[in-house]
Amino acid sequence: MKRGSPLLAAAFLALLLLTLAPIAHAAAPARGAVAPSFTLPTATGSVSLDSLQGNVVLVDFWASWCVPCKSSFPWMTAMHQRYGPKGLAIVAINVDKSRKSAQEFLEKHPAPFIVAYDPDGKTAKAYHVWGMPTSYLVGHDRAILFSRSGFDPKHAKDVEAMIAQACAR
Amino acid sequence: MSGRVRRLLARTFLAAAAAASAGCAAMKVEPWDRDLLAEKKMSFTPAPLESAIDDHVYFSKEGSTGGQGVGGGGCGCN
Repeated sequence: MKRGSPLLAAAFLALLLLTLAPIAHAAAPARGAVAPSFTLPTATGSVSLDSLQGNVVLVDFWASWCVPCKSSFPWMTAMHQRYGPKGLAIVAINVDKSRKSAQEFLEKHPAPFIVAYDPDGKTAKAYHVWGMPTSYLVGHDRAILFSRSGFDPKHAKDVEAMIAQACAR
Repeated sequence: MSGRVRRLLARTFLAAAAAASAGCAAMKVEPWDRDLLAEKKMSFTPAPLESAIDDHVYFSKEGSTGGQGVGGGGCGCN
């Protein structure tokens, strides 16, 4: 058998690593990591993670063109009503480039919780958002307790249990 | 140029070409930048009815049912 070229083997390895690079890049922030702080504009002013100190915060990244977001909004509204008085704050961060498309979405899917705007995706980048929607549950101590991409009503109960547990802490 | 040098050059070129082509694999549209890609006009068949009519005209003319990826014969009878 002919001896394989080490150079070709190295090239193959480089190819493999580079192909896998986007997958590695998509890794979610580890559980327990400190949630990156943000200050973002809202319709009436601005919101920052620091200003919500003392609350359990559900940070949810969404977009008007995202289909599962349509079903996550009613669920978040229910969570806001149920756990808002117990210390849950929901910040839905919109990543649309145009504010108009976000507003059109909000007219159809009203949000009684905080809606912030991140058209440049800076905060989304800081949170390593890897899909739409992606949510992070941030505890009292600013540690990320949980993160998930997508919205599946089947799993909503588990997330609700986690919210309840975090609020009770 | 000796055979050995030529071989080495060829291998270096191959390795460089492989690395260069793999470079594109690391490019990625971030989830928050997918607004335009998510638009209906960006789908493979933005107008399903129109493309169904086009397909019908095509396979009727060419007598090639299934020529667009659907199973079927080539009788041209439908």
